[in-house]
Order: sequence, then C-alpha cells, then structure tokens
Amino acid sequence: MKYKAVIGLEMHCELKSNAKVFSPSRNAYSEVPNSHVNAIDLAFPGVMPVVNRKCVKDSIKMAMVLNCRVPEYMLFDRKNYFYPDLPKGYQLTQFTVPVGVHGHVDIPYEGGILPVDIHDIHLEEDAASMDHLENTSVIDYNRGGVPLLELVTEPCLHSAKEAVAFLEFMRSAYQYCDVSEADSKKGQIRCDVNVSIMDEDAEELGTRVEIKNVNSFGNVHDAIVYEIKRQSDLKDAGRYDEVVQETRRFDEESGRTVHMRSKEDAVDYKYFVEPNIPRYRITPEWKESIRREIPRLSHERRKAYMDAYGFNDTEVSVLTREKAISDYFEKCVVLGMDPKEACNWVTGNVEAWLHRTETSMEDFYLTPEMLKFIVDHVKSGVISGKQAKEIFIKVLEERKEPAAYISRENAQISDAGELEKIIDEIIARSPKEVEGYRNGRDRLFDYFVGQVMKATRGKANPIVTKDILHSKLDV
Amino acid sequence: MKHTEKSIVELHKLLKNEEISPAELLQESLEGIHALQEKCNAFVTIIDNAEPAEVTDSLLSGIPYGIKDLYSTKDILTTGSSNTLRDYVPFFSAAAVENLDKAGAVKAAKTVTDEFGMGGTGTTGHTGVVHNPWDLDRMCAGSSAGSACAVAAGVVPFALGTDTGDSVRKPAAYCGIVGYKPTYGMISRYGVFPFASSIDHCAAFARNVADIAAVVDGMKGKDERDMTSWDSSHIHLFDDLKPQLEGMKLCYVKELCDISRYPHPSRELREHLANFMAKIDMIRAAGAEVEEVSVDPVLLNAQPSVYVILSCAEATSNLANLTGLIFGPRGEGETYIDVMKDHRTKGFSSLIKRRLVIGSYVLQKENQERYFKNAQRVRRLLVDRWKELFRTYDAVILPVGTGPAKHLDGSLDILDEGTSPLEEHLQIGNFGGFPSITIPDGFIDGLPVGLNITGNNYEDQKVLNIAAGVEELMDYKDQIAKEVHGR
Repeated sequence: MKYKAVIGLEMHCELKSNAKVFSPSRNAYSEVPNSHVNAIDLAFPGVMPVVNRKCVKDSIKMAMVLNCRVPEYMLFDRKNYFYPDLPKGYQLTQFTVPVGVHGHVDIPYEGGILPVDIHDIHLEEDAASMDHLENTSVIDYNRGGVPLLELVTEPCLHSAKEAVAFLEFMRSAYQYCDVSEADSKKGQIRCDVNVSIMDEDAEELGTRVEIKNVNSFGNVHDAIVYEIKRQSDLKDAGRYDEVVQETRRFDEESGRTVHMRSKEDAVDYKYFVEPNIPRYRITPEWKESIRREIPRLSHERRKAYMDAYGFNDTEVSVLTREKAISDYFEKCVVLGMDPKEACNWVTGNVEAWLHRTETSMEDFYLTPEMLKFIVDHVKSGVISGKQAKEIFIKVLEERKEPAAYISRENAQISDAGELEKIIDEIIARSPKEVEGYRNGRDRLFDYFVGQVMKATRGKANPIVTKDILHSKLDV
Repeated sequence: MKHTEKSIVELHKLLKNEEISPAELLQESLEGIHALQEKCNAFVTIIDNAEPAEVTDSLLSGIPYGIKDLYSTKDILTTGSSNTLRDYVPFFSAAAVENLDKAGAVKAAKTVTDEFGMGGTGTTGHTGVVHNPWDLDRMCAGSSAGSACAVAAGVVPFALGTDTGDSVRKPAAYCGIVGYKPTYGMISRYGVFPFASSIDHCAAFARNVADIAAVVDGMKGKDERDMTSWDSSHIHLFDDLKPQLEGMKLCYVKELCDISRYPHPSRELREHLANFMAKIDMIRAAGAEVEEVSVDPVLLNAQPSVYVILSCAEATSNLANLTGLIFGPRGEGETYIDVMKDHRTKGFSSLIKRRLVIGSYVLQKENQERYFKNAQRVRRLLVDRWKELFRTYDAVILPVGTGPAKHLDGSLDILDEGTSPLEEHLQIGNFGGFPSITIPDGFIDGLPVGLNITGNNYEDQKVLNIAAGVEELMDYKDQIAKEVHGR
C-alpha cells in the first residue's frame, strides 16, 4: 500500500441487564414489539430518568479493562434531535464527564501486540428500532432505553485487519466480563468507522470519512478495505480534493460505501448536562470492588496456558473461546486433574457435546467435580477409558450423578487383594460348604460366587473372583 | 364567612368535630369554584364528580384543593394549559398528588397556568386570561395564576403551583396570599410537566404560614422516581413551626431596596419600598437583627438574562417530547418532520415559540460558550454570593416585585427604569434551589403587595419560622380578596 491508512472506531455494545438504563422496563431482546415499554420509555409528560446502577457498574468495569481514567463522579448529557425513534427528543448519553477517558490497551496481534488508544467509553441509551415498509414505517420501542456502551478509539489503527482484531478483542472482553452477549447477529454490536489516508511521511492527517452503522465485523473489514482503496485511487489520480469530510454507509450487496450526508448537513446536537440526574458518585471503594470482579481475559489465559502447560495454539483457542469453557477447564485443574488430561477432555468430549447439541456451557450438566469423579475411576481401574466416555454421555443425557452409573453397570472390584480379603472371610465362615465342595459337590462353587457378589453388592469382577476362588478352594 | 375561606387548621377542627361534613365542604368549594370561574377564568377543569374523603388525623383530610394543570392527575384531564395536550388524560399521577391523595386531600379543580409554566402573567394559557380577584383588570402574575386566584378568592384553602422563576412567589404577592417553594428536591417533580428541570420546583399557595407548612408536609418526600429528591422524613414543618424573630439575623440588598437608586421612581414603587422598610423596622423591633448588604449591581443586572438563557435552553429540550406522535393531537403532513412541525406550529402559543427559538439559539455549538455556558457561570456566581450571605444571615428578606399586580392591559403600567433586577430577583432562589416564601406585607391603593424570605438549602424550617414571626407582626393572615375595582 502506498499510503498510510488511519482508522478510528466507535463501537456500540448493548449491555445485559434486567431493566433498561433509565427506566424499570425490561431489557429483553426479540419479544413482541412494544411489550417492554412504559411511560418513561415513551416520554410521557413529567417522567424522569433513574440511572440503573448495574449498568453503571458494568460500564466502569469495561472502562477499567481499557485502562481508562474513571472519574470520581460522572454526568449524563442530553443529545438533542427530533426523530420518531427517540420519544424524548433527546438521547441520554455522556459527553461532559463520561465513565472512562484516555484509555490504552495492548491487544495480541499476529504474534506480537497492537497498542490501541481509547478516547473514551460512555454509557447511553439505545433508540427504538424502526422498520421502513413501502409507504409506512413501524416503530418498536422495546429497544428504546436499552443500555448501550459506546467506546471511541483514537485514530490509531492502520488496517482493516487491525480494526477487526480490536473488535474481536473487545467482543471477547465484553463476554468475559459478562456485561453483554456481544452478539452482532442480534444487533448487539454496531460500529461506526472513521477512515483517512495520508502519505507515509506526512505529519498531518488526511480528510476523515465516517462510515456509519456497520453491523458485522466482516462488513467493518470490507468497508475499510473499500474506503482505503477509494480514497487511494482518488489520490493517485490527483483528485484527493474529491475526498470530503462526509458520512457514508456501507452497502452490503455491492460491497461499497455510499454517500449519506456531508459535513454541512451534520446535526448540531446542542448537548447539555441532564439536570434530572445529579452528579453520579463513583467512590474509590466501589471502584475497587468492581476491579476485583474483573476476570482474567482470554488473551491473558491463552498466554498462561501456553506458558504453564505447553498447550498448542489450537488447544488454547478452544479453551479460551468462551469464558465459561475456560473457567471449566481451570476448575478441573484446581480440583486436581492433570492439566493435559483436563485439556483433552474439554477440547474433546466436552467441546464435541456442546457442538453436537448446540448448547452452551451454561446448560452443561456435568460439572468439573463429576468429570474428576469419572476420571478418578478410570485411574483406579474401576472403569475403562471407554466406559468413562459412555458414562460421560449418560450423565449428560439423563442428568444424573456419574456415581449412579458406576455402581450399577460398570463399576467392578478387580483388585485381587481386595477380593481375596472378602473371599477369605467367606471361606472362613463357611466350613461346611468348603467341605462339601471339596467332597465333590461342584455346584457349591456357585454358592461362593454368589456370596462374593452379595458382599460386594455385585461389584466384584467375576473372572478375578472365580480365579481366586479356584485357587483357594481347589487344593 | 364561607367555610372554604377558613384556614386548614380551623377546617380540620370543624371536620373532626363534625360541624361540617367533608361532602358539604367539597360542595361549597365546587360552588365557589364555578362562581369564580365566571369572574376570573382560573380553571381548566372543575372536578364536579370529586369524591369527599374520609376525615382522619391528617390535617389535609377532606380538604378540597386546586392543582396547577402541570401536575399529572390520573384519569383527570391535564393540559399544561396548552393546545398540544388539550385532550391529554394521564394514566398516572404526579408524586406530590399521590402523596396528597394519601393525606386525604380532595382534588377539586385543575387550575390555569401560563402555557407549560412559561410566562409570568397568567395570560397565555389555552383557555384564556386569568383575572386577579382583587381587581379584574389586573393580572394574578404567573405562571401559577389560577391556583393563586383560587386561594386568594377563598374557594379552596390551598392550591398547588410550580415555581421555576417566581411562578408561585410572585402571584402570591399579587394576590395577597402565601406562596412557598421549598428546597429543591424536597418535593418530587415526578409527573409534573417540566419547564426547566434544574430550576423547576413544586410549590404551593395557602393563606397563612402554618397552612403552607401542613401542605408541603403532605407533598414532600423522597421519591425513587426523581433522583434529585431527598429524604426529609426527619423534617416536620407544621409540627415544628414556631414563629421566631428573636435572635434571627436577616439582611436585605441595598441595590434592590434603596429608592434613591431608581432615577424616576413611580409612586407605586416608592410606596412599595417605603412599606417594605417600615416592615423591616417592625421586624427589628420584634427582636431580629436586620442589616443592609451590598451585591455587585453588575451581577444583579445580569441575573434576568441568565434566567432567560437557562430556562429557555432547558425548555427547548424538555418540550421536545411534544410531537403529537405518541400523545397529543396528531399533526398533518407527508413526512414525520412535517407531522411534528404541524403539531407544534398549531399547538404552541407564540410566547412559547419565541422561548424555544431563544433556547435553541443559546445551545447551538457556536453560541453555547457565549450564552449558555456563561449564563451557567453567572448563575454559580449569584448562588455563591447568596450562600456567602447565608454564612452570616439566617435569611435574605426582600420586597416582591415593584408594586401591586400589573394591569392586564400593559399600556396602563408605568415601567420604572432599572427595576428589572427588583422585578426578577426571586429567580436567584431557583438558581440556588433555596427555600423561599412570599407573604403579604401591605396594600397599595387597596391592592396587596408582598415580601419574600429566602434561606439556605435545607433550612426550610427556619425560613418558615421567620415567616411565621413576620406574619404575626402584621394583619394580613388569612385575608380573602376583596374586589376593589369592578370591570
């Protein structure tokens, strides 16, 4: 590439919560339209916003993940504009004192690291969703007021690949911190992309073009690639003045960006501080307790697994794909399973089950404790490896403790020493039967087998049992 | 004397002793309201089917009252005196109304306001001009015009208002009654149509200080739906009311009260200020210390503009929900923009439109620093100056306005030079969220005038105690409007 591309991202992510960010309506996705709506969401006269503390907490958590400066108190601002998806006529967002500013994060990238500077991260409310039909539009206010966390990077990325790497890092971080499902298919992640190009040795940034509402990482990639090429072609042709500061959108079908509005048409949002929300205090104690809740993120775990256990790239990728899977693996290790063995189970049987049944770790019945129980029985020779796998499936299918299967069907006492003890006792207390057997009443042999089975509740390995009996009785 | 002309405290005794039934009292009130409507046009809705409430130990039980038409009342038309909401029936009540429901007070009428509380004349509501019961050719002031009118005329013992600039405390003076705006956040604003949220206050009218204490006791309380509300459960304004001047230290502002500072004062202004100073002497004689303090005239002169900028700016945003899309009459047009525009063009009076334009202008990116941000800074300076006064003084005492009620025909009024700070200074109480009460302090040409006492945040009890002390010195407690000039 001849020119240096400069890219900045705005990433919107819907947060998980019971209630909306400023109203007690449910924050739930894809239900009956306009079913999670109240007077506040519809801006009936006299209603007032009440900040959802859980959303603030999650925002602070993400600000910390991005190493932002978190203020002692934050404010909310009104962003004023008229549109039917915004009943109040303004969106509550953070402009003056957002929940986090001046962040920085080093993300893993092509075997090295990619430094990313964060301008700010702020909490706001989503607008309602609209569908434009042939000659009418319909509005679903369910989404109106859903908590939205927007992060804005500095223009510090230089390729479509870097941009996507950052977005993937963030998606994983949101999921690991359990603040969002971060599923772009459900519209929970939406991005705006800023792209400009400049000569390699230039000091000044080129003309910035914004591409709004790009809704998948694939589209983010394609939009950036297209836009860099479009701008570069114009620059090559000596027509760089045709690159103007404007807002474009990405047209998925043609794979091109299309003009939406020019800078002159930009809306003046007339921001001012929301007077109905007093300064929202973030005490140092609260900050600390939130900080303690931040889990180790996927890239940290990847590194740890490779360093400590020597796992390969494929293995750590599977192990860290989801926090729940990684947590499962780590619990197995904590319980005392051999890390390699735990890894094999998780990346093998566990992963296969989740894949086959299309379920998630949250619904996975077999706990690390159960897995350890099964594996321990293989180790002690009670069950075979093949049996272990069968029990594993049975546990998941029938949702019962593994012990149920080990005692009834598979579990055996094959340990000769243990059986010998039991057999010696039986022989000692059965002198008549011993004498009878030795006197030719062969059928009494079955009596002894029966006694052993009775004493072990059927768990005695019959072959070993018979061998021992023969060696003891056939003298 | 009609029962509705009596004080709440008296009425409670009568109700308790069954000398009058709540139904009789309500009936009398509704009759008075209808008669007053003919004369003064103070009401948007008269609640003829109101149900009398059971008399309990609550002072307010069974007492009929008026409600400014900015308070949402469940199942009762609430218009904001605006065509944009002319048919709007809320499905929930304002928190303050809910609280009064619990106290057993009886909603008798919804009163006229200047459209959405914006205006100081009582002339811009969609149902027409409100007339002053003392003189039908004069205004009640506003915006809580109908409520002030109803209390002054003696058809209800109390009524609710809102106060963003002086919308309760000015009409109280013009109507010869008591108007009190407690500390910001003492009464939840949930369900009250907003004008400028950072300075909007719930407030009320009554005819004496003890009554107003009882009313605000019934309205106040922390509300989970209003984040600016605070817990005042330890404050019992009525129970702890104790008239007190002895040992109190008050001040008035020389730049506002000194007649020599006005180049060509009218007779009314001279009498108003002389009357005020005479009352100051009485207060001193009763044992309070009253000192004259100076406030930078630059600051005082800037104050009215600060109010216009801040209140209009917040109003543009607060009224942006009025689009006719979800509620209110649907506008006509091809696009959503046309539909909204049509609704707003037809719905708002010209006064509101003017204010919305101003508000929009001062918030524009290129103007925001010069107007809006500077106005916020001056607001802070004024509040800081008043807070500084409260370090030395228990309260600031000042005359309200420049004289008695103005004429509805503005050409009849003499506008004195340099009186704008005197006319508008009550807005400082809104800037700071201070507890502030107006009580009547005399007459000019048979028309009432008032004085105002403003104290520091959360010192509502002290402010009321001082007001009760001043009230005792004078003879205007429980006065009912006596028409001095017929039409």
